[in-house]
Amino acid sequence: MSEEKFDAIVVGGGLAGLTAAYCLAQAEMEVLVIERGTFCGSKNVTGGRIYTHSLEKVMPGFAEEAPLERKVTKERVALMTEKGVVNIEYASGKPDTPETASYTVLRSKFDKWFAEKCEEVGVMMVPGIRVDSLIKDGDKIVGIDAGGEEMYADVVILADGVNSLLAQSIGLKPELKPEQVAVGCKEVIQLGEDVINQRFGLEGNDGLSMLVAGDPTVGNIGGGFLYTNKDSVSIGIVATCSDIGRVDVSIPDMLERFKNHPSIEPLIKGGLPLEYSAHLVPEGGFDMIPKLYDNGVLVTGDAAAFVINLGYTVRGMDFAVESGRLAAEAVIRAKAADDFSAASLAYYQKLVENSFIYTDMKQYRNFPKLLERHEIFNDVPEIADVLFDRLFRVDGKKPVSLPMFAIDEIAKRTSASKLLELVMVALDAL
Amino acid sequence: MAKKVPVDDKLGYNNFHTDESYAHIEINSDFKDEEEIRKVVLACPAELYKYENGELAFNHEGCLECGTCRVVSGGKVVKSWNHPYGEMGVTYMQG
Repeated sequence: MSEEKFDAIVVGGGLAGLTAAYCLAQAEMEVLVIERGTFCGSKNVTGGRIYTHSLEKVMPGFAEEAPLERKVTKERVALMTEKGVVNIEYASGKPDTPETASYTVLRSKFDKWFAEKCEEVGVMMVPGIRVDSLIKDGDKIVGIDAGGEEMYADVVILADGVNSLLAQSIGLKPELKPEQVAVGCKEVIQLGEDVINQRFGLEGNDGLSMLVAGDPTVGNIGGGFLYTNKDSVSIGIVATCSDIGRVDVSIPDMLERFKNHPSIEPLIKGGLPLEYSAHLVPEGGFDMIPKLYDNGVLVTGDAAAFVINLGYTVRGMDFAVESGRLAAEAVIRAKAADDFSAASLAYYQKLVENSFIYTDMKQYRNFPKLLERHEIFNDVPEIADVLFDRLFRVDGKKPVSLPMFAIDEIAKRTSASKLLELVMVALDAL
Repeated sequence: MAKKVPVDDKLGYNNFHTDESYAHIEINSDFKDEEEIRKVVLACPAELYKYENGELAFNHEGCLECGTCRVVSGGKVVKSWNHPYGEMGVTYMQG
């Protein structure tokens, strides 16, 4: 293999890498995917939920055959205190099109399937190999080195995830900063299809997505999540790294705290734990996006920080897929011109800038600043808790005016100027 | 929390192929700033950093390969961090 030269080498068989490879192979290009795990998906972790619009463009109708878990039909957002919870649940009831649907997903199963689809269209898959470094010829990336074995290509597509040591090694991006990334920590717990349907009020293949702020992270920036899979649930917490140590509760203990919350424990009771996983999530938003190209190299997916977390919606996989598709488009164009220089590959940057990746990430550019406000994770769940308690508790005593009570409770926790400041940050973020 | 499941038990749910001859993470065992050490101990989802009697110990067996320790410690507690070699480390079957 060492003498062979590929049109493209993709490092990392996750969604960005596999999409790029799939599109390149369909354009008759010779493409190699190198994945460090035993199989594609074996190092991947999601919350998680995939919005299908971008993959639908690449592989129309894929949801019919892909190993997706459940179609999300119920959204639940929760504010949690130590014992209490305020849930908001929404079900639109409107039919989804393939472009608007979203599904819960388990990546070890999904990416494995996607890799097989790639092989069917001619992608060469090499799992079980770690790429140690990129090979340079002058200022151009010309290949990869894996344990002393060198492989060459016109272009290397970096799809090696949030910990892209390779993109860092060539100066395309700096080391991750603690305020830019969050650690996700989750368990997959098997409950059986019927139990899930009963406990979450679901039918057939319908699924629920639940995002939680407040107690799970003990007021730290972050939150809890729960997604219903076919016969299991994915339950976890996500906590921003710069907040670790703010309270004396460890990351694994936050997950236990969430699982043992009185509103969560009955939902997962009696389940069989199948897996315990952890992964970093790039949450710095638009300002975290690195330079996306250089001579002979492109950066995609999590490696390019294509993720937005809005608290009620978390997206990364649909961006990863789109970035993989756009990277392939730029490479196909570079191949036609036989020019893999930075100037030629800059077309990828342009494509990204004209895509929903950029418009959406730019729209919510200041959202990470809003989510840095601890009030959202501390005071808001507490205020919600006392207000709802007041609203629903009947004790035969003299009633208190609810608006006055609300103002009083808010005033206890914040000042008018701080509240105004929060509103201003929120307006800026939205 | 009465029903707290020990992390060691949770790691037992997973498939690991530990590389005995290569530690993909190396720590600065002579680094003594307790506040920095505390952060890494709290951060690791696999509880692989143990701080006892003024000594920090780390073992890569059971590592979930998230990278949190590297980011949190900013080069102080963690001396070097890499991905394990191909096929080594954790193999997620759910993900």
